Amino acid sequence: MKLKKTTKQSFITILMVVVLYIAISVAKSGGLLTYSLKGQLVPICAYIILALSLNLTVGILGELSLGHAGFMSIGAFTGAVVSMSLTGEIASSLARLVIAIVCGAILAGIFGFIIGLPVLRLKGDYLAIVTLAFGEIIKTIINCVYIGKDSNGLRFSLENAEALGLAEGGKAIIKGPMGAVNISPISTFTVGFVLILITLAIIFTLVDSRAGRAIMAIRDNRIAAESVGIPITKYKMMAFVISAALAGAGGALYALNYSTIVPTQFNYNTSILILVYVVLGGIGNMRGSVISATILVLLPELLRAVEKYRMLVYAVVLIVVMIITNNKKAKLFIANIFAKITSPIRKRIKMKHAHETDEKEEA
Amino acid sequence: MTFLNHLINGISLGSVYAIIALGYTMVYGIAKMLNFAHGDVIMVGGFVSFLTVSSAGVPAIVSVLISMAVCTVLGVLIERLAYKPLRGAPSLAVLITAIGVSYFLQNAAQLLWGSDSKVFTSVVPFNSISLAGGKLVITPESIVTVSACIVIMVALTLFTAKTKMGKAMRAVSEDKGAAQLMGINVNSTISVTFAIGSALAAIAGILLCSAYPTLSPTTGSMPGIKAFTAAVFGGIGSIPGAMLGGILLGIIEIFSKAYISTELSDAIVFAVLILVLLVKPEGLLGRHVREKV
Repeated sequence: MKLKKTTKQSFITILMVVVLYIAISVAKSGGLLTYSLKGQLVPICAYIILALSLNLTVGILGELSLGHAGFMSIGAFTGAVVSMSLTGEIASSLARLVIAIVCGAILAGIFGFIIGLPVLRLKGDYLAIVTLAFGEIIKTIINCVYIGKDSNGLRFSLENAEALGLAEGGKAIIKGPMGAVNISPISTFTVGFVLILITLAIIFTLVDSRAGRAIMAIRDNRIAAESVGIPITKYKMMAFVISAALAGAGGALYALNYSTIVPTQFNYNTSILILVYVVLGGIGNMRGSVISATILVLLPELLRAVEKYRMLVYAVVLIVVMIITNNKKAKLFIANIFAKITSPIRKRIKMKHAHETDEKEEA
Repeated sequence: MTFLNHLINGISLGSVYAIIALGYTMVYGIAKMLNFAHGDVIMVGGFVSFLTVSSAGVPAIVSVLISMAVCTVLGVLIERLAYKPLRGAPSLAVLITAIGVSYFLQNAAQLLWGSDSKVFTSVVPFNSISLAGGKLVITPESIVTVSACIVIMVALTLFTAKTKMGKAMRAVSEDKGAAQLMGINVNSTISVTFAIGSALAAIAGILLCSAYPTLSPTTGSMPGIKAFTAAVFGGIGSIPGAMLGGILLGIIEIFSKAYISTELSDAIVFAVLILVLLVKPEGLLGRHVREKV
């Protein structure tokens, strides 16, 4: 069977995710995972989705966004409100989770459109700083929002919990700076895994389509793309909105894994954390994002042995990896060491190969 | 009178932002990188001053000088170890490295000095001035901050316009390759820029902690981000722009805190930034660069 190169690469990535899922599931049922590691499974899925969605903006669209946590936050709080307000109506927690994720994605997509309108007119560092500003604005506003539910439906206020005027038996879902409380944690590892597959499928289909080629043409040379008649704004917006919606879905998955989420969790540090996953995995490389998000979410966990110094080690790892992968001298140095290690093996293979051909000739 | 009070507070806070923004803008102009670690150099500056005053009992002015020296060395060291190997690398790689340095400084500070917030004693040993029967209060910190800001801006403008090193800086920020061909040592020019920026960060850190007397390993990050937006606001790469952007940002922040909402003040600051960038994408005093095909 002959496949296109890109299709083959996408296939390998999806296969890798499936194998990883099966391996982890087996390890989980075999009781090989520690308690804290089990708790990290859904966050890993959520961060993989966030890294993939940001990679769409940074790698495929070619614009640096520093406010991705804002979309995550919208998805997270929408998911929390939807899931909690449907608790009485829908008994199945899986159905509630799916509806919450879809709602989170839709609302984050709408916000992506609204924010994209002004943002996508800008370029480079200015675009980056405006996305950062939007992320902070979303955080600050959610910090002031109160949403409650009683028999009359949802209630909304910007002042305090009392101003909601909840009827008897009503409860506040989002309490301003205290965030969403008493969420029933319904996210599961399997749903997270399926969501990763859906995300990958969406991104790969987009990249391989006419729209995807147009988006990448804009990234590579905006002026040339414009001059051959590609509508710049439309395609930029398309990528940006899809990226925001996927981030919203990831956010909803993330939120429904915990019993409490607070708005300040989704600040610019979180945006930067996701960006770090994307850059370390390789900009525009989806498989890289999956791998780096998995490793980097686990890294602080794995560094528990050096508890006190783990964030320090994390920082040093970040700097060293960036220098090794981007500095010419360091690259050469690593390549030399690698060649030294592998050269005896390669020699042996060569000799063996020569030996075999000799035997063949003799025969 | 309360309006005047808020205005003075705004200008005072804005001056701190302006001093930080100057460091950002200079480094951005020359190395074309967002130095995310700049905010954490501010924090280190605050801590050095705090420790020299509280444990060694050094006079305030000496502690400022020590803090400036430490930050200068730190700035140059960061540049040499982390950023220099990445010269010519994609800008995102440099950005992530800067984030790594920022994490490093924050966590190192946490290990060295603890994560609890300290009470900073002001380095300005004067009393507040009350005018108009106590209705208008001017803190000595605001006077010192505003005058420091003006002195720094005038000095920097003269430095970049008149001295040989200043000219070299402008040349490097214009065109690195051409500057090198003219015999300018690009590496040492960048180091000097980092040294100046970090010394300014030390001053800003001490002034910030004197006005708002708490100090913790994350003290620098939010003012750092705001100062960066101030630099973009005023037109990144421009020294008067950073000053104007910083002061306007400070005034907007204090006014929205006083008249609109304390919680929403950050959102308002950022919303104004977005509006300005939409109308004038190059910032208030930035130069418009024509796009060439």
